[in-house]
Amino acid sequence: MTEKDPNLLLQHAPLLQQGMTTPQAMRDVLYALLPVTLAAVWFFGLGAILVLLASIAGAALTEWTFASQEKGGESLLDGTALLTGLLLGLTLPPGLPLWMAFLGGAVSIGLGKVIWGGLGHNLFNPALVGRAFLLATFPIAMTTWAPLTGADGFFTVQPSNLALPFMQSGTDAVTSATPLGLMKFEQQSTPLVNLIIGNTAGSLGETSGLLLIAGGIYLWMRRDLDWRIPVSILITVMIFSAILDMVDSTRFPDPLFSVFSGGMLLGSIYMATDPVTSPITPKGAWIFGVGVGLLVVLIRAFGGLPEGMMYSILLMNAATPLIDRYTQPRVFGRGKALT
Amino acid sequence: MNPLRLLRRSFDHGVHPAHLKEQTADLPIQRVPFVNRYLMPLGQHIGAPSRAIVTVGERVRRGQKIADATAFVSTTLHSPVTGWVRKIEGFRSMDGSFAPAIEIEADPYATQQEERGDPLPWQSLSIEEFIAAVQEAGIVGMGGAAFPCHVKFSIPDGLKIRYLLVNGAECEPYLTNDHRLMLERPDDLLQGAEIVRRKIGAEETVIGVEVNKPDAIEILRRHVKPDQSVRIVPLQVKYPQGAEKMLIKSIFDREIPAGLLPRDVEVNVNNVGTIIAIFDYFERAIPLIERIVTVAGPGAAYPANLIVPLGTPVREVLRFCGGLKEETREVIMGGPMMGRPIASLDVPILKGSSGILAFTEAETAGRKEYPCIKCGRCVEACPYFLNPSRLARLSKARMFDEMREYSLMDCVECGCCTFSCPSNIPIVQLIRTGKDDLRNRKETEQ
Repeated sequence: MTEKDPNLLLQHAPLLQQGMTTPQAMRDVLYALLPVTLAAVWFFGLGAILVLLASIAGAALTEWTFASQEKGGESLLDGTALLTGLLLGLTLPPGLPLWMAFLGGAVSIGLGKVIWGGLGHNLFNPALVGRAFLLATFPIAMTTWAPLTGADGFFTVQPSNLALPFMQSGTDAVTSATPLGLMKFEQQSTPLVNLIIGNTAGSLGETSGLLLIAGGIYLWMRRDLDWRIPVSILITVMIFSAILDMVDSTRFPDPLFSVFSGGMLLGSIYMATDPVTSPITPKGAWIFGVGVGLLVVLIRAFGGLPEGMMYSILLMNAATPLIDRYTQPRVFGRGKALT
Repeated sequence: MNPLRLLRRSFDHGVHPAHLKEQTADLPIQRVPFVNRYLMPLGQHIGAPSRAIVTVGERVRRGQKIADATAFVSTTLHSPVTGWVRKIEGFRSMDGSFAPAIEIEADPYATQQEERGDPLPWQSLSIEEFIAAVQEAGIVGMGGAAFPCHVKFSIPDGLKIRYLLVNGAECEPYLTNDHRLMLERPDDLLQGAEIVRRKIGAEETVIGVEVNKPDAIEILRRHVKPDQSVRIVPLQVKYPQGAEKMLIKSIFDREIPAGLLPRDVEVNVNNVGTIIAIFDYFERAIPLIERIVTVAGPGAAYPANLIVPLGTPVREVLRFCGGLKEETREVIMGGPMMGRPIASLDVPILKGSSGILAFTEAETAGRKEYPCIKCGRCVEACPYFLNPSRLARLSKARMFDEMREYSLMDCVECGCCTFSCPSNIPIVQLIRTGKDDLRNRKETEQ
C-alpha cells in the first residue's frame, strides 16, 4: 500500500464505457463489405481491383491533403475515408477509366465531406456525392457496363480502364446491359437466381444480393446499423412495386426483382444507413426509409434512368435535418396525462 | 402496455454496464475502528445546511445531536463519536470548495458504545410526530442523493400513498452495500419497512431487487412474516434501474409526469439503507451516525463492505482496508456511473457516501474523442428519451437556449449517453454545462 497521496484526477463519472469506438464501427463496415468486394473481383476480373483502388486512393489522398493540416493526418486513421472510397468504388461500372474513379474518390471526400467540416458534419452521403459528380460529368462512361469476365478471364483488365484523362477510349469495347436496363428499355427480366448470386452486369459491388444481405446481418448483429432504414426501404419498395406490377406487369418488374436489382441492396444497407446523413431518431429512420423507397420506385418506373437509388438517398439526405427536427422522441413523463 | 414488460420488469432504454460486483458481493460487513478525528460538514444533504448547536471545546457523546435543521427541507446532525468539538469552520469539501463543518476529536478512553435507548413507541405516533422524529434522527436518502427523508413522508392533503417501494436495485456497478444489508439484516429491513408502511398508511410494501442478487431475493422472501404485507419483485439488471422514476416504471408501469413526484402516482420510494436507518432509530433509538460503505475498484488493495461512522476521513477508511494500490489515479465517492471524484483523501464519509471506488490508468486514461457521427446509440440509451447527441452539439456551440427546446432540464445526468458513445464524447458533462449556464443566468436575472 502507499501512504503517499496519489495525484488524484478529477475526471467526471461515468468512468465506465462500452467497448465500441467510432473507428471500430467503420472497420466493421469494411469487414462487412469484404465478401462483396471479393465477389466483384471474381465477377469482373482484375480490373475491378484497380477501379476500387483508384477510388480509395483518390479518397484517402484527399483526406490526407485537406484534413491533416491541424492534426497531422489523424483523421485518415479513423477509416472513414477508406470506407467512403470503397463504397464509391463499389457503385462504379467495372470498365470505368481509373482516372475517373480516382477523381470520384477525391470529389467524394473533398466536396462530400471536407468542405462541410469533416466527419460528422456533412449533409449528403460522401460516396454518393462522388458518384453523382461522376454520373453528371461522364454520363457515357458511367453507364457503359463491361460484361462479366468469369473464371477464365480473371486477369483481364478492360481496355477502357486504362484510358488516359480526357482521351476518348475506343468505342470497340464489348458492353452488356444491366438487369434494370434490360427491364426498362427492353422489358426483359433477369432470373432471380442470377440477381441473388450476382452474375449479372452492373456496378462492381451491387450485383450479389446474397453477400450484401449477409454483410448487413453482420452489421446488425454488431449493432452498427439502424435496421429500421433498410427494412423500411425494402418493404416500401416491395409494396409499391407490387402495386405497379399489378397495374402493368410487362412494364413494371415484380417486387423481388425490384429488391435484388441495381443498387437497391447496396444502397439501402450500406449507403442510406450512413449515420451521419440519416435521421438519428427511430421514428425519423422509418420516415427516411419510406421516403427513399417511394422515390426509388418512382424514379425507376417513371424517370428517364433505369436506376434511382443514388438520387433517392441524396434527396432524403437533404430532408434529414428536417425529419430529425420533427421526430424528436417524446420525453419521459411528458405528453401523457396523469392517470 | 407492452405485455413483455410484465415478464422482464424493466423500463425502456438504459444501458448494460458490467456488474463488477463480484469483488465485494460475498464480503460480510465489517466495522472500521474509531479514529481520532471526525469531520461533519453542515451541508451534507440536499436543502438548507444544518446549524451547529455545540461550541468549540464542548464534550459530545456518540449519538448526541450537534446540529439542528434550519428549515423543513433540512435535517439534523449527530456526533459519530464521544469526544470534543475542536473546530467549527470551513473545510475543503469533496469538490475542492470550502464549506462549514464541525471537527470532533475522539476521546481515546471512551468506550464509544452508543447508548441503546428503548424502542420508540412508533405505533402510537401520529404522522406529524413520525415526520418530526425522522427529521430529528437526521435520516436522509442513503442511496446517494441524501434528500432529507422526512420530507417525502409529508404527503399533501388529497394524495394517498398506496405503495411503499423499497429500492434494492443497486444498479451502479461495484456497489454491494445494499446487497449486503439485505442479506445480513433482512428482518430489520422488513420491520423498518413495516414501520414506514403503517405510518404513511400504505397498503403494501414492494421491494425491488435486480436479479443479479438472487440470494437477497430468496432471503427476503423467506423472512417475510405473515402479518407483513410485502412483495419482493425481481428486476432486470439494467442501469439506471434504481433511479426512482425508472423503478416505478419497471414495477408499476407508471410514468411519472415531468415535474411531479412518486407520491403523485401513490408511491413512496426509499432506499434499503434508508429503511435500515429508520429501523435503527425507531427500534434502537440510534440516530444516523454511521452507514455502510463499499470500498472497491481496481485500485483498492482489499475491497470491503464496511460500517463507517459518518465523518471518518476517506484516508482512514482506506487505511483500514489496505490502502490504495500504487497505480490508483482517481477516487470516486459513490458509484462509477454517477459518483463524484474527490480531490483529496481527507474528505469525510457523508450520509450519502455509498462507495469509495479507486480507479487506475485503464479507466481514467483520456480516451480519444472522435466527431459525433449521429449513430444514435445515446438516443437509444437515454431512459428519459432525450436526444443527447443534439444536446451535446448545442452545448459545444454554447447554444444553451436552444438546448432548452430539446428538454435540457429533463436530464437527470445518469450518464447512459456518455457510457454508450463510441466517439468518447463527454455528453453528460456537456449537458451539465448547459444546465449550469441556464441555472446561473436564471439566478442573476432574479
